[in-house]
Amino acid sequence: MRLTPDDLVFWQYGFLELNLTIVTTWVLMLVMTVGAWLTTRKLVTEVHISRWQGFLEIVVTTIQEQIKEVGLDHPAKYLGFLGTLFLFIAVSNLCSIIPGYEAPTGSLSTTSALAISVFVAVPFFGIEEQGLGGYLKSYLKPTWIMLPFNIISEFSRTFALAMRLFGNIMSGTMIVAILLTITPLFFPDFMYLLGLLTGMVQAYIFSILATVYIAAATRTRDG
Amino acid sequence: MDSMTLIAIVSIITAGVTIAVGSIAPALGEGRAVSTALSSLAQQPDASSTITRTLFVGLAMIESIAIYCLVISMILIFANPFWHHVIDKATGK
Repeated sequence: MRLTPDDLVFWQYGFLELNLTIVTTWVLMLVMTVGAWLTTRKLVTEVHISRWQGFLEIVVTTIQEQIKEVGLDHPAKYLGFLGTLFLFIAVSNLCSIIPGYEAPTGSLSTTSALAISVFVAVPFFGIEEQGLGGYLKSYLKPTWIMLPFNIISEFSRTFALAMRLFGNIMSGTMIVAILLTITPLFFPDFMYLLGLLTGMVQAYIFSILATVYIAAATRTRDG
Repeated sequence: MDSMTLIAIVSIITAGVTIAVGSIAPALGEGRAVSTALSSLAQQPDASSTITRTLFVGLAMIESIAIYCLVISMILIFANPFWHHVIDKATGK
């Protein structure tokens, strides 16, 4: 039983390998980019807009509102990063409905990559907002004794982000695979539905946590 | 009892115990979180979107503890390195 899509290797050269995770990720990126480009080629501002444009507007506005609610004042700056996180994870989990598809987020490599990009983005946005000194001083808050704990918490929440997404998606697909060998129709379907719901919730959780971390790093504390 | 049998026995038992014990505390914690969220929703229905969002974020963080236990369980059953090592030695002989 295959634990992750990493195990299916198409081509290998030394330590570089082309496996199912990479292929699926690139196909997803291609589909999403081409779909978005096709939809936004002719944007109109009249009353009647095409359905795809309306759908994309809903998605973008909702993400912007969520970012503003968490406490980031200029959501347009962070919309690219956070919106991409949410959309990539959501689409890759939603496409599990296609038969024969294995979600790339079910592989620890993908989730670690996403978590590391959040790990890099938080200081990046923090320094952009508060300057290098201001951001480094935030590690000494509330007291300087908390410095090692703040540093450890940076690493541990990155690890937790990666493990949470990987564990949820991998266990979802594995439960369905196991149940299929036991009871053919109803229970696997139910677990499949639960897996789809979990996928959406985890996409939301991942991006909201990234938003909260960035908000904590960029908020100017007074006192 | 040779090492192969011992590894199999201990892995299976540990996998079962890990997920059984490891899901007690997260379940209790999530129950408390949801009940507190429900009572604060009843007291202040206007803040429902904030409360709901915070509830989901909190639930995800509590759930991740159970997920860690589940991952260890799965690894012990399906991707057990000690078992692979022992099997390779047994078949490679």
